[in-house]
Amino acid sequence: MAAYAIRRLLMLIPVLLGMSIIVFSIIHAIPGDPAEVILGEKASEESKQALREQLGLDRPLLEQYGIYLQKLLSGDLGNSIRTRAPIADEIVPYLAATLELTVASMLIAVFVGVNAGILSAWRQNSWFDYMSMLIALIGVSMPVFWLGLMEQWLFALELKWLPTSGRMNVRDPVEAVTHLYILDAMLAGRWDQVWTVLKHLILPGIALGTIPMAIIARMTRSSMLEVMRSDYIRTARAKGMSQFFVVYKHALKNALIPVVTVIGLQTGNLLAGAVLTETIFAWPGVGRYIFDAISYRDYPVIQSGILVIAVIFVLINLLVDLLYAKLDPRIKYR
Amino acid sequence: MKKWKCALSLVLAISLGLVGCSGGAGTGQPAATQGETSGQEGGANQPADAAKSTQDTLIVGRGGDSAALDMAIVTDSESTKIGQQIFETLLDYRDGTTEVVPSLAENWDVSEDGLTYTFKLRQGVKFHDGTDFNADAVVFNFMRWHDPNSEYKFEGDSFDYYNSMFGPPDNRVIKEVKALDPHTVQFVLNKPQAPFLQNIAMPFFGIASPTAIKEKREKFKEEPVGTGPFMFQEWKRNDSITLVRNPNYWQEGLPKLERIIVRSIPDNSSRLAALQAGEIDLMEDVNPDDLPLVENNPDLQKFTRPSFNVGYVGFNLKKKPFDNKLVRQALNHAVNKEAIIQAFYAGLAQPAINPMPPVLLGYNDQIQDYPYDLEKAKELLAQAGYPNGFDEEFVFYAMPVPRPYMPNGQKVAEALQAEFAKLGVKTRIESPEWAVYLDDVQKGEKDHIFMLGWSGDNGDPDNFLYTLLDKDTIGSNNYSFYANDEVHELLSAAQAETNPDKRAELYRQAQVIIKEDAPWIPLVHSTPLLAGKANLKGYIPSPTGSESYMNVYFE
Repeated sequence: MAAYAIRRLLMLIPVLLGMSIIVFSIIHAIPGDPAEVILGEKASEESKQALREQLGLDRPLLEQYGIYLQKLLSGDLGNSIRTRAPIADEIVPYLAATLELTVASMLIAVFVGVNAGILSAWRQNSWFDYMSMLIALIGVSMPVFWLGLMEQWLFALELKWLPTSGRMNVRDPVEAVTHLYILDAMLAGRWDQVWTVLKHLILPGIALGTIPMAIIARMTRSSMLEVMRSDYIRTARAKGMSQFFVVYKHALKNALIPVVTVIGLQTGNLLAGAVLTETIFAWPGVGRYIFDAISYRDYPVIQSGILVIAVIFVLINLLVDLLYAKLDPRIKYR
Repeated sequence: MKKWKCALSLVLAISLGLVGCSGGAGTGQPAATQGETSGQEGGANQPADAAKSTQDTLIVGRGGDSAALDMAIVTDSESTKIGQQIFETLLDYRDGTTEVVPSLAENWDVSEDGLTYTFKLRQGVKFHDGTDFNADAVVFNFMRWHDPNSEYKFEGDSFDYYNSMFGPPDNRVIKEVKALDPHTVQFVLNKPQAPFLQNIAMPFFGIASPTAIKEKREKFKEEPVGTGPFMFQEWKRNDSITLVRNPNYWQEGLPKLERIIVRSIPDNSSRLAALQAGEIDLMEDVNPDDLPLVENNPDLQKFTRPSFNVGYVGFNLKKKPFDNKLVRQALNHAVNKEAIIQAFYAGLAQPAINPMPPVLLGYNDQIQDYPYDLEKAKELLAQAGYPNGFDEEFVFYAMPVPRPYMPNGQKVAEALQAEFAKLGVKTRIESPEWAVYLDDVQKGEKDHIFMLGWSGDNGDPDNFLYTLLDKDTIGSNNYSFYANDEVHELLSAAQAETNPDKRAELYRQAQVIIKEDAPWIPLVHSTPLLAGKANLKGYIPSPTGSESYMNVYFE
């Protein structure tokens, strides 16, 4: 296991290097003078020159990449063109916001998805099976922005149960320390705000979690069905174990192996693909950070934002692979 | 049957499990009411002079976040919206207009030659950090922007608006800024600049605390310190900016509220939902299509921002036959502006006659528009020698992105295309990507007809007429390649003229010539729409796009 983990870790190096090259090339792929493209026509020659110097555009390409890499390794992600603040500082609250939302969505998606999948497999071809797979099908094909707006209309405007958008009750804010507001509210001992923060998480969490939920449900179901047909389950049943015990104790562990992969991939997707949800629910996450940067042509932010997401994606994949190896001891010998 | 029941109850159980969380939430108070309650709780300890307001916090919802809060380095209106609350300029614009009024300067003198401006400063004004506002502070700020080697120009910063209003370092309008005594500041100019006072009043020239800039340095753009009615408290990027009342504000009884929170809610529908749910009190940028939702809701009221833009269709005078005045006039007759406004602006615009909005100095209201008259148009084309129109198909560039002055460029272009076709003027609509679009119309090689617009940067006609239609600005914003020496002389004379009445006359004359030459079809001055709670009072939207909230209160 340890050898496998180390080998897997070493494989990260070329992957990360390759990513840095791709991300570095973004600014050089812009047609025309990047400084002018970024700053627009209203900018003075002086500020264009300043930007060229800041981005090092006046040096040879290889040297530029060297400097870029050196800066990355020292944790310097450059400065945003628009806000002129260091990106490494700026991105932390966005990452925290995204993390909070992603975790909430995945908790909803995994809990509902796995259980719906198990029950569907358990009662294969029952009404529940048909219904939940139909819901899953709708879930996969539902446009997120439509779902989000419908949620707002139903739960916020009509029923008035939940807030429409944002992360907390801004009229009575909690100081941001970790930028994970649930944690911040707990640290401040503000239990009422913990509750409001949770309420703010529900609608975007469902909107963002619907697609992974549906995928996880379908994956769990088919994987369960396969496992349930295997000999050791038949043996377990023959020994007279209760159905519940067979399903949740014996079958689930093996059925979950492919599901873990799906969960990992979906988590990665959520990190980057949350732009619509974040826009509709005014959630200040990384997706919107990069999206805004694109509309303002803030290339350093686009570069660094993509890089950070890519790194997280790679780390999640690593985690999935390690977990996989743990669940199925045969894997590490491959 | 038993199976069926079992399945159904499971489905219910799961969906309830989902809704259950929300149902649980619902047993508490609705979020909106909760918010208001806490607002009112806070109201208990507010000072007596603000007690009129039934709510002590104003929450504004807007589409985007500010870039930075040091007004000298920003160029976007989302930043100045916050800057307006924190900083004050020497002069200001009267509420809802672009007329210059005193602010940090109580009064001023202009020398005969228009080269020396002497400002008497208001006394007893303090910055939020407790330091005094005085002549030295004014000099410090202007020198910071003026001196290309200023040590308070931090890495990556550039003072773009100072450069664009007062010239680049090698060609400055301002020669020097002197403190004559603690409460008198003198500006000496290299050359007269008529819109000088108008420019000084722009929020980009808000006076910041020198002490704070020296201490905070790079951090100043995130922790601004000015003299304004509200003090900066917290900025959660892309989420919210919180400002609190300045207890030592120099205007008696102002501001009326304890706190301002400006939230970024990018999606227009979500922002309206937040307003309907009571999570925000004032909303910027309402979709024209959503106007009925606001008007039919007794809890809401609408606000309109005075129009300060122009959307237009331009002719490329470098290309035949659009170098012919008669052809351009003919096409001017082929546009039914009222119909376009009803169809594409939900009625929220006024037909444009001149290249600048009517709120500006020197707007010529005597000019008659070319009426919608296809017969007249055909007549003019015949006069120009084209009684049956053209065989050639012309390229019509239609904006690929929505802008306040052009919410749907392609649809408007299609409507115009149909009208032009009736005259035998065939067009092919093209909408390349926005950056390419701007590049192309600037070069003027591909398009024959194009559409664009302009929102005013300051309250001066120069910023419309000279910027868009002077022969000097060919290659930058004069995309029509319109060059008329008479117009150029009038606009140049107006730039140097310091007497407002004489200036206004020069601009009126220029508009007459421009109307006759018809380099454009001025289409609309659109009216931005806002909405707020019905009990929100004292809010007057400014044409410039940002205004102070100090007079706002809740009834």
